[in-house]
Amino acid sequence: MTRPVEVAGIGIHPFGRFEDRTVTELGVTAVREALHEAGDPQFQAAFCGTAYAGVAAGHKVLGALGRTGIPIVDVEAGCASGGAALMLAGGAIRAGQYDCALVFGIEKMPRGIIRSSFFEPWREEAGLAATPAYFALRAQRLMRESGVTKEQLAEVVVKNRAHGVHNPNAMFRREVTSEQVLASRVVCEPLHLWMLCSPNEGAAAVVLRAAPGGGAGSGVTLEAAALRSHLPGSVLSEGTPLSGLADDEVAPPTTLAADAAYDEAGIGPDDVDVVECQDTDAARELLSYEELGLCPKGDAGKWVTEGVTRLGGRVPANPSGGLLSKGEPLGASALGQVVELVTQLRGKAGPRQVEGARVALGHTVGRGANASVVVLKRSTG
Amino acid sequence: MATRPVHEGLFTDSHLIGGRCAACGRYSFPAAAICPYCGARDVARVELSETGTLWGWTAVTAAPPGYGGEVPFGFGVVELPEGLRVITRVEQADPALLSFGMPVHFALAPLHTDDDGTQVVTYTFAPADSS
Repeated sequence: MTRPVEVAGIGIHPFGRFEDRTVTELGVTAVREALHEAGDPQFQAAFCGTAYAGVAAGHKVLGALGRTGIPIVDVEAGCASGGAALMLAGGAIRAGQYDCALVFGIEKMPRGIIRSSFFEPWREEAGLAATPAYFALRAQRLMRESGVTKEQLAEVVVKNRAHGVHNPNAMFRREVTSEQVLASRVVCEPLHLWMLCSPNEGAAAVVLRAAPGGGAGSGVTLEAAALRSHLPGSVLSEGTPLSGLADDEVAPPTTLAADAAYDEAGIGPDDVDVVECQDTDAARELLSYEELGLCPKGDAGKWVTEGVTRLGGRVPANPSGGLLSKGEPLGASALGQVVELVTQLRGKAGPRQVEGARVALGHTVGRGANASVVVLKRSTG
Repeated sequence: MATRPVHEGLFTDSHLIGGRCAACGRYSFPAAAICPYCGARDVARVELSETGTLWGWTAVTAAPPGYGGEVPFGFGVVELPEGLRVITRVEQADPALLSFGMPVHFALAPLHTDDDGTQVVTYTFAPADSS
């Protein structure tokens, strides 16, 4: 790291469904909030994460705000789009290319099972483009290899929905019981409907700047933003290949990104106080604990049962309520995590505050496969 | 009835068509001109084993995008002796009737019928005790 980077401002448009608003309008809300918080700085570049907003989506947002002329780069990396945008902006500031950069993510997801241009048409025709079925296979293998039970999958939903009650930016803000989760219809065995997050809409924005030398900055520094893609060989990788090797040792992209981020930040998984991790489905959250190295392989189910990752536990995961409460607007997802984690590190998260949080980790993984891991640190107080 | 495969080059009437890389020795599916593991261009097209074992499975209960066939249908991963795990339909839509390591064999399954009456077929794997 050549020069430290700090978070100068954050902004968010709540995640949900907003029929009367365009994706540009969602972005404008988040960006204005972040810029205002940062003291309306002159930023020299902007990076916009989105997967579905179309050509020049970031330009439309900054055009509406009269802030064009600077380089604006739209970044697509599936669920990790916002993490990718953050990596590019953070790296450019560290290297001295810019002193201040705007990073934002925007999305309005199609409804229902998401049709992805990722799959070839024949694969859709053959029924082999059923996204929840891939989640289900991953869940089944996690249950087999790590001894996770269906009740533990339900417990992840119960936990995240309980956290989400306190997040005004979440779509679902009501607690649920394990019985209710298990009574919801089976989408793809072993996954029930309530174990899957809802694709939706939203925007989030972060202003990054070179941290002043004296340490009198905003209080939160960006310690690492790593992006990695999959290695070939894992049949259930988010790369969703049609085949893989009979080899269980292929490192998943989440582990590759986490190792890179820990190295960049000079920390280990034991130093993390609060986590926002990918919970597209309940099993994905548990798998994330293991792939991020937070817990040993085989302990994820036990972790959720024992409340380790609940608010008040040793390593609270998804205090925002996670995607299971917020819903998932792809391009905004990773930056929504950053907004939550910065709020946590500032000690401003109200009833969902993780007491004394100093080191925070954000994780997304999805189509591509792309995985991003972000490490943030409280630098004052 | 006239039939057509859902995609050319994936399978014959009796086998999946895979690739075997002369450089690294790994098998892949579908067959491609370049090895997805080492990038070598010396990949031979080979018939893969018609039998394997079940490594993972579920059932798809709602028609996914672009799919015009029946639901529910079985969906899973079959491990072949070549050291390959393949994403496939499974000829059993009740997950409770399947188990890890269950022997399965290659089969063809009808998907839907085109407007001109041509039946579209794809590859699938069926538990060994059914046909």
